[in-house]
Parts: sequence; C-alpha cells; structure tokens
Amino acid sequence: MNRFLLPLAGFVLLLVVLLVGLKRAPDKSILPSPLIGKPVPQFTLPNLFDDTKPVSSESLKGRWLLVNVWGTWCVECRAEHQVLLQIKQQARVPILGIDWKDQNEDAMAWLAQLGNPYERVATDRDGRVAIDWGVYGAPESFLISPAGTVVYKHIGAMTEQVWQSEFLPRVNAPAGTAAPPASPLSAAGASGRGA
Amino acid sequence: MMRALLLCAALAFAGVAVAVDTTPPLADPLLQQRYYELTHELRCMQCQNEALADSSASLAADLRVQVHELLLAGQSDDQIRDHMVARYGEFILFRPRMSWRNAWLWGAPALLMLVGAIIGWRVLRARSRLVASEEAGSDGESLEL
Repeated sequence: MNRFLLPLAGFVLLLVVLLVGLKRAPDKSILPSPLIGKPVPQFTLPNLFDDTKPVSSESLKGRWLLVNVWGTWCVECRAEHQVLLQIKQQARVPILGIDWKDQNEDAMAWLAQLGNPYERVATDRDGRVAIDWGVYGAPESFLISPAGTVVYKHIGAMTEQVWQSEFLPRVNAPAGTAAPPASPLSAAGASGRGA
Repeated sequence: MMRALLLCAALAFAGVAVAVDTTPPLADPLLQQRYYELTHELRCMQCQNEALADSSASLAADLRVQVHELLLAGQSDDQIRDHMVARYGEFILFRPRMSWRNAWLWGAPALLMLVGAIIGWRVLRARSRLVASEEAGSDGESLEL
C-alpha cells in the first residue's frame, strides 16, 4: 500500500497543475498592462468634432475618466456601444474616446447612427498613441484617476457587469484624494466587498 | 505540362509569401541586420505566436515601423526592447528576461536534474547493497520494494 502512495501523490499533484493550467488558459489573450499605476502616456491628438481643440494627455487630469479605444472596423465595439451609452447616462464618469486607425467620416457616421457616448473623441490615425498606451486590440478601456494615473484596464467589450464590478468600485473606493499607487489595492478590496 | 502548371501556381503565390513586411529596408546593412533580428524576437501582440516580422496584422506593421524609426534614431537593441516592454509588458519578448518573478522557471531544470540524480543515486546504492550482502540494514524500506 505504502509504495503506491508516493506515485499517487505525484499523479494528483500533476493533475492539479494541469487543471490549474487548463482553467487559466483562456486568460492568455488578456495580458496585464505595464501601464497600471503609471501616469497616462503623453499625447496630443486631433479632436474629431473640433479641429481647433486638440485632445492632450494634460486635459485628462482632474476627475475620474474612462478612456475607450475603439474603431468603426471593430465588431466588438458595436457590441459594447450600448453599455457605453448607459455609462454616459449614469453621468458618474465621463468617457474619452480614442478612435483608432479609422476614418473621420466613418467615425462621425457611426456616432450619428448609434449615439455618442463620448465627451470628446480623439483621433489616432496612424496608431502611434495607441502603441504608447499598449493597445493591441480594440475595444480596450482604461480607468484614469483624477491624478492622471492609469488605475485599471479592461480588454474586450465593456459590459454592465465589468463596469459594476471592476470600474465603479475603484472610482468609489478612495474618498477624496487618494495616493495613486495605493488606489489599485484599496479598489481591489472594495470590489471584493461589493461582489 | 502538369509540372509547369504547378510551377505557375507556386510563382503566383510567391509574392504573397514575401510581402508581409512592407516597411522599406534600412540603407545601412548593419541597421537592417538589427532590424531583422529585432522584428524576429518581438512578438506580434495581436496574433501572439507570430513574430513582428511574420505577422500581417496591422498592429505588427505599426510596430515594425516603430522599430525602424527607433533604429534610425540611434537607439540600441536594449533600448528598443525596453521601449516595447514599457508598453506591452515582458510578453512581447520571445526570449524572456531573467527576473526574480520567473527565476523558478530558469532554475527548475537544474533542480529537477538534482532531484533525479539523488533518487538515482539512492536506488543504485540500495541495489548494490542488496547484491553485496544479505543484511538489509537501515535502508531496508527501499529494499522491500
């Protein structure tokens, strides 16, 4: 009996390792962003609706902000559009759109047809700024703190559930002015309570 | 006849096969060599198992242009790698760097070799004792097998 114990234990250990690997496998498409906890990348981009008022990274500071990278060529962006409109209606966090590798006419037509959830839309035609943000597929959404720090990143379509469980608790967590590096941690605790 | 047709078909697709990287080559052959190496060791983030050089994804094309520009700007290979890692994380490197976080990955083969060697040595020692003498001694547990 005893001599089967060690191989059996080894087998069970292997099983656990493989099962954990299988469970976590889908996460491979969702990569952690090195930007979390860092200030937003510097940029100045044209404003889709107003050529005279370019959108700069400086103008992101001062309040909580959702930065949403999208494009009219992106299928999932259409899927998340309703959720973005709902977030706009809640009027808690304004949304800055970064229209990524797109045409102005297409973007305007899209927003006219589906509704415009964005406070402002910056246009990134050559994709340079998107690279600085570490974007590798639209849609991607970033939560920016009033201090101008990237607090959270969601890859893929925004959903009501993700907004409620990942974004809002982080906005609600620090009362008043929170130190930027501490906010992801305290927000994680808050989301745990909320769930 | 058949062979000629096949050849024509193959030639028709030859252009497609080489046209992935449309970034103009660098004039300096040394820079071009470094461009070649860098675009082969950086990952295309959109299609994860392809290198920048091999990928037809639009993001890969953008990143190739960026490597091209950084080389022209006089950045070293390490600076260019750091530039990419700062934006996309370690995952963009096909050859991961050694760090405390992944040290166990680098150390695991040596550790497993060591464990295997110890087990092997103990088994051999037990067997040689079995052959040499009839007395079981203190390491009898392995002999009972």
